[in-house]
Amino acid sequence: MKNNKIVGAVALAAALLGATMLSGPSFAANVPADAKLASEQVFKYRVLDNINAIDPQIVEDVDTSSVVRSLFEGLYNSGADGEPVPGTAESYTVNADNTVYTFKIRDTAKWSNGDPVTAGDFVYAWQRAVDPATASNYAYFVGLVGVVNADDIVAGKTPVTDLGVKAIDDKTLEVTLGFSSPWFIRTLSHATLFPAPKAVIEAKGIDWTKAENIVSNGAYTLTENTPGERVVAKRNPNYWDNEHTVIEEVQWLTINDENQGLTRWRAGEVDQTDVPAGQYPALEAELPNETYSVPQFCTYYFSVNMTDKQPNPALADVKVREALSLAIDRDVIVNGVLQGGQLAAYSFTHPLTAGFTVPEIPASKMTQAERDAKAVELMTAAGYGKDKPLTINYIYNTSEAHKKIATVVSQMWQEKLGVTLNLADMEFQTLLDTRHSKTYELARNAWCGDYNEASTFLSLLDSKSEQNDQGYANADVDKWLGESKTAADPNVQYTEIEAQAVKDVPIMPIYFYAKVFMQKTNVKGWPFDDVEQNWYAKDLYKVAE
Amino acid sequence: MIAFILRRLAVAIPTLLVLVIISFILMKLAPGNPFIGEKTVPQAVLDNIYARYGLDKPEWQQLLEYVYNVVFRFDFGPSFQYRDRTVNDIIAQGFPVTFTYGAWAFLVATLVGVALGVVAAVRQNSWLDYLSVGFTVGAQVIPNFVMAPILVLVFTLWLRWLPGGGWNNGNWTNVIMPVIALATSYLASIARITRSSMLEVLGSNYIRTARAKGLPNWQVIFGHALRPALLPVVSYLGPVFVGMVTGSVVIDLYFSTGGIGQAFVNSALNRDYSTILGITILLGALTIAANLVVDILYAWIDPKIQL
Amino acid sequence: MLADRRIDTLAGAKAAPVVVVATKGRSLWMDAGRRFMRNRAALISLIVLLAVVVFTIVGPLLARWSIEKIDWSVMGAVLTKGNPSIATGHYFGTDEVGRDLYSRVIQGTQISLLVGIVGSLIAVLVGTIYGAIAGYFGGRLDSVMMRLVDIIYSIPYMFILILLLIIFGRSFIMLFVGIGLVSWLGMSRVVRGQTMTLRNREFVEAAVATGSKPLAVIFRHIVPNLLGIVVIYATLLIPEMILLESFISFLGLGVQEPNTSLGALISEGARTMQYGTIWQLAFPLAFFVVILFTFFFVGDGLRDALDPKDR
Repeated sequence: MKNNKIVGAVALAAALLGATMLSGPSFAANVPADAKLASEQVFKYRVLDNINAIDPQIVEDVDTSSVVRSLFEGLYNSGADGEPVPGTAESYTVNADNTVYTFKIRDTAKWSNGDPVTAGDFVYAWQRAVDPATASNYAYFVGLVGVVNADDIVAGKTPVTDLGVKAIDDKTLEVTLGFSSPWFIRTLSHATLFPAPKAVIEAKGIDWTKAENIVSNGAYTLTENTPGERVVAKRNPNYWDNEHTVIEEVQWLTINDENQGLTRWRAGEVDQTDVPAGQYPALEAELPNETYSVPQFCTYYFSVNMTDKQPNPALADVKVREALSLAIDRDVIVNGVLQGGQLAAYSFTHPLTAGFTVPEIPASKMTQAERDAKAVELMTAAGYGKDKPLTINYIYNTSEAHKKIATVVSQMWQEKLGVTLNLADMEFQTLLDTRHSKTYELARNAWCGDYNEASTFLSLLDSKSEQNDQGYANADVDKWLGESKTAADPNVQYTEIEAQAVKDVPIMPIYFYAKVFMQKTNVKGWPFDDVEQNWYAKDLYKVAE
Repeated sequence: MIAFILRRLAVAIPTLLVLVIISFILMKLAPGNPFIGEKTVPQAVLDNIYARYGLDKPEWQQLLEYVYNVVFRFDFGPSFQYRDRTVNDIIAQGFPVTFTYGAWAFLVATLVGVALGVVAAVRQNSWLDYLSVGFTVGAQVIPNFVMAPILVLVFTLWLRWLPGGGWNNGNWTNVIMPVIALATSYLASIARITRSSMLEVLGSNYIRTARAKGLPNWQVIFGHALRPALLPVVSYLGPVFVGMVTGSVVIDLYFSTGGIGQAFVNSALNRDYSTILGITILLGALTIAANLVVDILYAWIDPKIQL
Repeated sequence: MLADRRIDTLAGAKAAPVVVVATKGRSLWMDAGRRFMRNRAALISLIVLLAVVVFTIVGPLLARWSIEKIDWSVMGAVLTKGNPSIATGHYFGTDEVGRDLYSRVIQGTQISLLVGIVGSLIAVLVGTIYGAIAGYFGGRLDSVMMRLVDIIYSIPYMFILILLLIIFGRSFIMLFVGIGLVSWLGMSRVVRGQTMTLRNREFVEAAVATGSKPLAVIFRHIVPNLLGIVVIYATLLIPEMILLESFISFLGLGVQEPNTSLGALISEGARTMQYGTIWQLAFPLAFFVVILFTFFFVGDGLRDALDPKDR
């Protein structure tokens, strides 16, 4: 998922509030019998940037996805703990080798204009996602999760109708995958796979997502969309589970400056906002019941250019890379700079990924002094040190938080290894361009998982992957990735791939994100245990003060 | 007068054209691409996107088609960043917002500024004068990105009088703080200019004559002194307008008004080519119009000036 | 009354011994200088401004921290440990990352002043030459040149600046070029107006009559007479340049890390205002305000001195 703001990384679930009362998988707001509901059920959520296109097959970023999740609903949703729960589909069956899934769509599922939701709506939507004419940035997602022929359709080699999805009848949907995927259900909560109202789209074209035209099948309908200011959605009475929805109205308020967001949260104008960088300890001490830190499914790391276009020959030496990575004092970064409950990262894949086993990493068990000693040793062996200093150019996108981390790391490397790190910040677009062209030396990078399974991270290490900003190519890794597509338990291969990446150091992981936010005490139902933090407004409710 | 306006309009067209071409070239030179996100998109998908938005045609053809669409159809094209809206949508939604608080800020800055300057000049060296001079110089040096958060802290958090942001379709409580934040520094500079200009005029011979003739003070000030004193103020109004357009970026960012200023900066940072061009043309046209109005005002005040 | 006074003076003069004193001639500049010195606000401002400049030169000698060294002990506890104190050597406190604010404010002041002065210089050089040529030759050339100025005036310069900074990357040179690009327009208009007034004066007629080439007339006769108005305008331009730079820093397009400017420091300080670390805003803002104040008063004083009117 596109996530260009710096939010923290992982915090331990233990310290979180006991106030949530969700037991087991729930369909919608599970309000305990003795709770007294507030009279005004409006939830106001602060977002950093403007909400982009609210079209399920086009949406890319995290915040717009939260809007789309409230307006539309896919086959399966993400439950309070991140495990899939039935959504518009009430059940599914799968064949023996996990390549053909058959879904039964609810009889009560309806669009906001009263039309029933049919399997045909899903077929239309998924075809639309891969259709070159739609030109969606997420067109590749359908192929990524395994639907047959998706990649060829995107490339224009076969017609859209060849896509591996078929409507057996109005309420039965059959999906054919190109590889064995026991985890396919987890991908269904992603917006790209939501249904789309064919009649409206064909009638209104680009204007179909405007508040006066839009038709959606989720718990809410769009009533107002003012870019730069706010998005407002109101209850959809035709939603199949409408009786469990408590929140009447959801507002997403665009507040660009996080400090401003905090001020307005204090004034009661916003119910939830992100904690400004570095303020978590002070706010936690001041308002312990309203300050939260939960693990977030993203990794922050430095990308090393592993291609032969790497301008700095020193970085081609694995000893240098390992030394640099060891010399980063991640505890200082996590506890001193970020202070939001993030976790230090010594590997790429998020440790809380469902089913994943983190391999043995010696560096994570040493003390920082031991790591520093080893780093000096490796550097000297490579032929560099304080007497023969090394200079590296690092690029990152302009932001206070990235700047702090870059400054801190440059000081660490200077003091411990005599390395001079030249910092060059640039706008996000320029950074993307430079990373993509693979002409950089060292670059800031981050990756958020799209679905709760390790391949969402590890597929980046595939030498043929478009997302492989490092240009990393290792034959064993490629082999294991191929094997994981047919293995009964792909996690075996995943652990091996991760271990190899730790040895080769194509990336220097820094920390795992945490979502650090302020939330008013009267808001209940937030999915604190979901590492992907896919929240649904229909699961929330407000109690009376 | 009509001839003057027509002449100016005739120059305006090539000006706007030059503006479009320069902007177009600059934009294409900038690295980056509106369609590349954090997740690198496969080339096949990128090709589809380029084809859809006509970016695969040669540059000169893109420029010509764009100019044609703007001039003959008033169609500024689709936004590359917001896939479900057109640039016309963005401008139609954002411009009234910026215009509302901008016009109010302009009026407040001009009227209050002039009034303050006149009072200070008439009561020169009194406590009123020192107070206003102190205030004006002070207000002129505080950047509006410092003033905005202070205003929000005071009026939203401490006093709970005004909402900290949002626009609410132009609800008056949402307009106040943006206007204050935007107008203050210009109010200050207009007051300073008015005061020094007024002082100059009040010391001139014909004013002395008017007083000698026994005219009441207020008639001297408003009937004889004010008009010529306003000349430097009027010529300053052009830069005030430009400054407010710039300042609106800060206002939009802090107060989440959804105005044109932040749409503009956002589109530059996201390489939303069509929106950048659209807003540039709009602002260029506005600046030309504002300069025209200023020149006409100038001629109206000073009868010696021939248009 | 006047006649009485004259008689009194004469009478008084008769009584005093006659001393012949060779009077020293007073040039226009000296007259202006005296008028300036008598303007207390301007004088004080000039002294304060010079004090600030001296401080930026001498200040670093007293600094105990560099502009980029992080004080690890402050990290994570800026509110309690990062406040101004003589003991820790952080005279102005530290910023959010733990860097010394004293050194950074000094550097920021240097850069902001540099930006203002260089921007103004560019405006003076380019604007004066451009405006003088347009004003002197008049007619078609003037029309075309001023049209060009009008066209450039109507371009939303902020946008062009942003694009330039994006395309060519952020560097000092780019910043100066960008700011210089917008600053000469006003100057050229003012100079042009003044030149048009001057070219009808007798000394210009004389120069032309004696066969001076047009360029020589412009540079040897007209430009020196423009100096007064140019100096005034340039001095008043500097605060605008500094404000413009602060806006650019606010947008995140200003000077590159670890260098900083007052504008960048102020926007960082404004962000952390509500958390109690007021010194992060107070010190850079104080310097910023003082510099702008003094430039305003000095500029006003220069205008009063060089262009006196009856008050």
